Amino acid sequence: MKHHVTTTVNGDEVEFLCSTEQTLLDCLRDELDLTGAKEGCGSGDCGACSVLVDGRLVCSCLVLGVEVSGKKIETIEGMAKGDELHPLQRKFLEHAALQCGICTPGVLVAAKSLLEKNPDPTETEVRYWLAGNLCRCTGYDKIIRAVMDAAAEMRGA
Amino acid sequence: MRYESPDTLEAAAKMLAAESGDARVLAGGTDLLVQIRSEILSPALVVDIKKIAETRTVSEEKGGFRIGAAVAGAELKEHAKLKKAWPGLVEAANLIGSTQVQGRCSLGGNLCNGSPAADSVPALIAAGAVASIVGPNGRRELKVEDVMLAPRKLALTKGEIIASFFLPARPAHASDAYLRFIPRTEMDIAVVGCAVSLVLDASGTCTAARVGLGAVAARPLLVEDAGKALVGTKVDEAALEKAAAAARAACKPIDDKRGTIEFRTDVAGVLTKRTALIALERARKA
Ligand SMILES: Cc1cc2nc3c(=O)[nH]c(=O)nc-3n(C[C@H](O)[C@H](O)[C@H](O)COP(=O)(O)OP(=O)(O)OC[C@H]3O[C@@H](n4cnc5c(N)ncnc54)[C@H](O)[C@@H]3O)c2cc1C
Ligand code: FES
Ligand code: FES
Repeated sequence: MKHHVTTTVNGDEVEFLCSTEQTLLDCLRDELDLTGAKEGCGSGDCGACSVLVDGRLVCSCLVLGVEVSGKKIETIEGMAKGDELHPLQRKFLEHAALQCGICTPGVLVAAKSLLEKNPDPTETEVRYWLAGNLCRCTGYDKIIRAVMDAAAEMRGA
Repeated sequence: MRYESPDTLEAAAKMLAAESGDARVLAGGTDLLVQIRSEILSPALVVDIKKIAETRTVSEEKGGFRIGAAVAGAELKEHAKLKKAWPGLVEAANLIGSTQVQGRCSLGGNLCNGSPAADSVPALIAAGAVASIVGPNGRRELKVEDVMLAPRKLALTKGEIIASFFLPARPAHASDAYLRFIPRTEMDIAVVGCAVSLVLDASGTCTAARVGLGAVAARPLLVEDAGKALVGTKVDEAALEKAAAAARAACKPIDDKRGTIEFRTDVAGVLTKRTALIALERARKA
């Protein structure tokens, strides 16, 4: 059976059809062609599929597509404003906080949601907040530096 | 697989009871969807309970709290009053998974998934929480320590849903704490989990105590003797040692790669002491 789902993604109202088994991640990638969120594990462990649902950071691989009917979804595709990168995106480039890039969309979405709740996090707070975002390449340190630096810039420091 | 999202408990219970195949409640999905995707489960029906108001609300009731079974960990953390009254329960719930998992994981799901190592369950047990259960034949109440029987086995019958948990009113000088042992600092399954809830009188003597243990038996345990060892004392070293001995005596753990029987039993005693001291410190200030 197919479900007809209407939802808001990055401010735009969208509709899609999905089967019950399809996760939100499947729907974003396969039905809406939003391939920024990645499937690293499909079991909630890696965070590569991170998105916001009604402002809450979740793993889109552990949400059913049918569940998001009428909800507000935010993905990595909504982060840059046109050609203008979000400060976090810019700082990730400046600090070379990525190599293969598979984890990056998830890390950025998660970091953005942290800074919206807590504009001045300690390094420990950043590390704990991002503990569910695994990265096989960078060793994390550059990611943490980039987030701390972006936070400072966004505070106008 | 069919999906339903009714807005009443009665409708949800009816749907679950009427399904002849496997029917599952969906709360945050952080256990259920993992199990479906890895083909451990293939339910014919999932009933999403998150449109039902009672399951999604934290409210004050009779001086205590009623917590909806599907309220997410992140929401519990943001509830300042609940956190003040039951810091141990909230910290236990917040140990579940990552920030992303916190956005969805619920107390009801943590209990009903039926893992002996579920982090929030010892804390619910120590709190004296009572589950309010709705099924096709109406509503009943069950103490949390009586909900789980064995791994993946619950005392719920077909169609029954945990709607909410009731936490009793807190007198002055009462608090709780939860500690778990894991080999790393985040994102791991408890080798041992321990929750302690204490009430002190004005002179600092313990008047009530409950100790919950996780991951040391086929189901999370209420260790009554450990609580009794603390009552009537100032929670001094002798009382703590007695409570720790009671905790060790209650353990019937498994031997696995996370910990041997000996190790788990020993750690249960150590954590009982440490957790009681944190609860004591908090209760003095509460
Ligand atoms: C990456 C990751 C890390 C994790 N880390 C931890 C951890 O550190 N500690 C820990 O304890 N757990 C951990 N978990 C497991 C899981 O997140 C928790 O058990 C969580 O509390 C489950 O809640 P949920 O709302 O997602 O449950 P769901 O997946 O929705 O449901 C779980 C089970 O309970 C049933 N159920 C749910 N709600 C009810 C209800 N109200 N009435 C009747 N039945 C119900 C469902 O049918 C299902 O069988 C982790 C999971 C992941 C993916
Ligand atoms: S793909 Fe969702 S957490 Fe790894
Ligand atoms: S940059 Fe490759 S996984 Fe993080």
